[in-house]
Amino acid sequence: MIKMRYERPVIKKLENGMPNKFGTRMDYEPMTHIDGHSVAKLIREYGSPLFVISEKNIRSMVKKARRAFETRYPKVQFAWSYKTNYVNAICNIFHQEGSWAEVVSGFEYDKAVSLGVDGRKIIFNGPNKSESDLTKAINNDSLIHIDHLDELYTITELADTLKKRPRVAVRVNMDTGVYPMWDRFGFNYENGQAWDALNKIMHSGKMELVGLHCHIGTFMLSPQAYGVAATKLAELALSVEQKFKHEIKYIDLGGGFASKNTLKGSYLPGTDTNPSFNDFAEAISTALLNSNFQKDRLPLLILETGRALIDEAAYLLGTVISNKRSSTGRRNTILDIGVNILFTSFWYDHKITPAQPFTQYTEDTCVYGPLCMNIDVIRESTSLPLLNKGDHVVIHSVGAYNMTQWMQFITLRPNIVLIDMDEKLHLIREKESIADINGKERIPEHLRKING
Amino acid sequence: MKEKMRYAASPPANQEPMKLRKNVAVSEAGLLFNPVTGESFSVNPIGVEILKLIREDRSVDQISETILEKYNIDKTTFEKDYHDFVGILYNHNLIETNEETND
Repeated sequence: MIKMRYERPVIKKLENGMPNKFGTRMDYEPMTHIDGHSVAKLIREYGSPLFVISEKNIRSMVKKARRAFETRYPKVQFAWSYKTNYVNAICNIFHQEGSWAEVVSGFEYDKAVSLGVDGRKIIFNGPNKSESDLTKAINNDSLIHIDHLDELYTITELADTLKKRPRVAVRVNMDTGVYPMWDRFGFNYENGQAWDALNKIMHSGKMELVGLHCHIGTFMLSPQAYGVAATKLAELALSVEQKFKHEIKYIDLGGGFASKNTLKGSYLPGTDTNPSFNDFAEAISTALLNSNFQKDRLPLLILETGRALIDEAAYLLGTVISNKRSSTGRRNTILDIGVNILFTSFWYDHKITPAQPFTQYTEDTCVYGPLCMNIDVIRESTSLPLLNKGDHVVIHSVGAYNMTQWMQFITLRPNIVLIDMDEKLHLIREKESIADINGKERIPEHLRKING
Repeated sequence: MKEKMRYAASPPANQEPMKLRKNVAVSEAGLLFNPVTGESFSVNPIGVEILKLIREDRSVDQISETILEKYNIDKTTFEKDYHDFVGILYNHNLIETNEETND
C-alpha cells in the first residue's frame, strides 16, 4: 500500500481582522526548480547551504536598466560596483554586458585589473586609496574620484613624481531632501567645499578634471532625490565650464537604487512599492536634459548601480535543521543558513519559499540560523508552511552584498554555483575547507604540543 | 518572583488518555470552535484525524500506530510532532485536566 504524504498536525487560532506581525501568507507554490535545476538535486550535489546565481536573470536585469536609461538619455555608461558582488564570474558577466569597473579599494582595483579590465575603464572611489594604489591608478590612466583634500594633495604630488596628468573627478555630497543625508564621503555642495576642491584642481593644472560624482545613499526609495542630485551636479559642471572654459566629460550619479527586497519594518512588500529603473531613469534624465547643457555637449551619464542589478539573480538554498517552540509557544525553525552568510537578513525581510510541495496550512514562525549566537535570526516573524526536519527552503534576492560581506564565522562559507544562459551548471566559487583557514595560521614552536 | 510562562511544553504526564473538552466542536473541514471562550481554530487534516482518535479515547501508541499505517512517517518524528500538537491543545485550554475529569 502506498502511504500518504505526511504533514505534521497543526492548530492555529483564528484572529480575523487582527493585525498580525507575522504578516499574511505570501507563497502558494513551492520553488522546486531554479532555471530548470531541481533544488533538491542542487543540494545533493553541491551541499547545503548553497548560493545559486542565474546568469539569465543578471543579463536580463542589465538589459532592463540599459533600456530604461538609454531610451531617455543619449550617453549612458554603467560601471559594475565590485563591492556588491566581486565573484570573478559575476564581474565578467557585467563586463561582457559593457559595464566598466567601479572599485573602492586597492584589493578591488587589483581584482578588476586581474580580470583584464582596461585601466581607463576603472573608476576608483572610496576614502582609502594608498599612495601605491594611486600610483597604479595614475599609471593605468584610471578615473580617480577624489574623496578628501589629503587625497587631492597626494595626487598633486604624484602627478609631479610620475610626470603624468591624472584623470580625476570630485565626489560631491549634498542635501537631496532625503534622510539620512550622506555627508561623510567627498566634498559638500551646499557649504562650498566641492566648489573649493574643483577650483584647487583647476588652478593646480596638474590633473585633468573629467567628471563629477555623487552617491546620495543606499536602498533609495525616492527617485526624485536623484533628480535633485543630477541638477546640483549639472550646476557645478556648468560653473566649471563658465569659469575655466573646461568641459566636464561625465556626471556619475553612483548607485543606491533599491532592489525589490523588503526593508525591515516596511508595511508593504518591496516588489509592490520599490521604484523601478524607469522611475530612477526618468528623474535623472529629466534633470540633466532640463539643465543648461548645450545639446551637443551633454555629459556622459555614469551609473554605478549594483544591488538593483544583482539582488534578484541569486538564491540561497538551505535545509531545515529542527523545529522547536519558544518559551511562549511560538514556532521556531532552525535553518542551516546563518547571518554569517546572509548578512542582508539584518536589513531585509527576505522571502523564504519551501522547495517541496506544501498545503495551505501555515504557522507563525521565527526563523533562526545554525550559529550558537543570539543574533543569528533570519526572520523574526513570518508565516511559513509546515516544514519538517530535512526539508529545503529557497531564500530569494540575496545577490547583493552577501557574497562580499559574508564571513567565515563558526561555519565555513558554502559553494556558489552559476546557471548559465543554456542552463548549464558551473561551480564558480568552491566552498571553504578547514585547510583554507588553518593554512593561514602559524603556531609558535612552544604552542605546538598540547599534551605534556 | 519570576514571571509565569504562558506556554507549557506539554500537558501533565498523568494526562493519559487525553480528553478533548466535551463541548469543543470539530468540523470535518478542520474548524474547531470552543463555545466556552468563543475562540475558533483552524486544524489541518491530520490534526483533525488525531482529534477524532483522541475523542475515541485512544492511547498515544494506538494513535501512533494508526497514523504510521496510513502516512509516510517514522514513529519518532510522529510522536515528537504529536506531543507538540497536544501541547498546543493544552495551552489553548482545549484539553480537560485531571481535576476536571475527576470531578
